[in-house]
Amino acid sequence: MPRLTIHEDRCKACGLCVEFCPKDCLALSDKFNPQGYHPVELVNPDECTGCAICAKMCPDVVFKVEK
Amino acid sequence: MKTVFERPQSLVDTSFHFCPGCHHGTIHRLVAEAIDEYKVRETTIAAASVGCSVFLYDYFDIDVVESPHGRAPAVATGIKRANPDKFVFVYQGDGDLAAIGTAEIIHAANRGENITVIFVNNTVYGMTGGQMAPTTMLGQRTTTSPYGRDFAQDGYPIRMTEMLAQLEGVGYAARVAVDSPAHLGKARKAIMKAFATQIENRGMGFVEVLCTCPTNWGMGPIEANKRIAAEMIPYFPLGVYKERTGSDFM
Ligand SMILES: Cc1ncc(C[n+]2csc(CCOP(=O)(O)OP(=O)(O)O)c2C)c(N)n1
Ligand code: SF4
Ligand code: SF4
Ligand code: SF4
Repeated sequence: MPRLTIHEDRCKACGLCVEFCPKDCLALSDKFNPQGYHPVELVNPDECTGCAICAKMCPDVVFKVEK
Repeated sequence: MKTVFERPQSLVDTSFHFCPGCHHGTIHRLVAEAIDEYKVRETTIAAASVGCSVFLYDYFDIDVVESPHGRAPAVATGIKRANPDKFVFVYQGDGDLAAIGTAEIIHAANRGENITVIFVNNTVYGMTGGQMAPTTMLGQRTTTSPYGRDFAQDGYPIRMTEMLAQLEGVGYAARVAVDSPAHLGKARKAIMKAFATQIENRGMGFVEVLCTCPTNWGMGPIEANKRIAAEMIPYFPLGVYKERTGSDFM
């Protein structure tokens, strides 16, 4: 299974990764990060293919993707 | 397990100050990937500009000289001529490159300075609060065009890539966008080519990147991202406008 590492503190909740994930694996969480944003979380890990589209679309380099 | 995506080495491990969804972050990452790919981190000197990208020196693990507004191509000319073995790039916004710095970019291009130019077109002056730039779209409301840009008063949005591609000193000229996975792939390739152009001594390598400024457009990041394809690309067509090969070099 692919491994997605999310650097939550860097997330600015822009939603671009959520919008572009082809498998609808991501969502903005209810918690706050130190910058005051609701960081993204992986809500559907079983569907994640490790395609790294989220990582490429993210302006803040929040993701690391391994598979 | 194989790493399919990670932070490029030349991008310092820190947060960007950019607004949520601003493409400056994406473009910084693509440039850092090119620095890693060509292994020029130790030999790169960038000439930074004035605008939201002014903190380039905080984000790239390379040497950076800060230039006065618009003058980065002149500063880069000096750096490259004095140190022809260094890799030299500039990173400029549209207020910087296409307004106050028009003379510097045109003459650096016409002289065929062997430098790489990353030109970030977000259709406004971002840092100073969203004033009209030469690239502002017709009808676009900004703080200095509150009724929308009107060609009778303000002229038309300027297409820098097409203009510069005509100059003999330019070895490579392309316009790209980073608003979709497919466009991102092409943007990455174009930035790599603009790096290779300098490394192979083929003159200026120029890449215009269409970029969002959600804050000054008064849009959310996703809506701003959609504006690139809906409004900008029809007027600023994507593509490679010039690619010099060895044989047609004068
Ligand atoms: C000589 C001079 N004139 C004006 C300014 C004010 N100023 C700072 S940033 C900027 C515009 C930047 O816009 P752009 O190049 O489009 O970059 P962005 O912030 O949109 O990335 C201006 C006019 C300045 N710093 N120096
Ligand atoms: S790697 Fe691909 S499938 Fe997995 S979360 Fe990111 S975009 Fe979605
Ligand atoms: S694209 Fe990046 S910054 Fe934006 S919500 Fe996703 S992880 Fe956060
Ligand atoms: S003002 Fe615009 S260009 Fe500057 S960081 Fe914010 S969104 Fe980006």
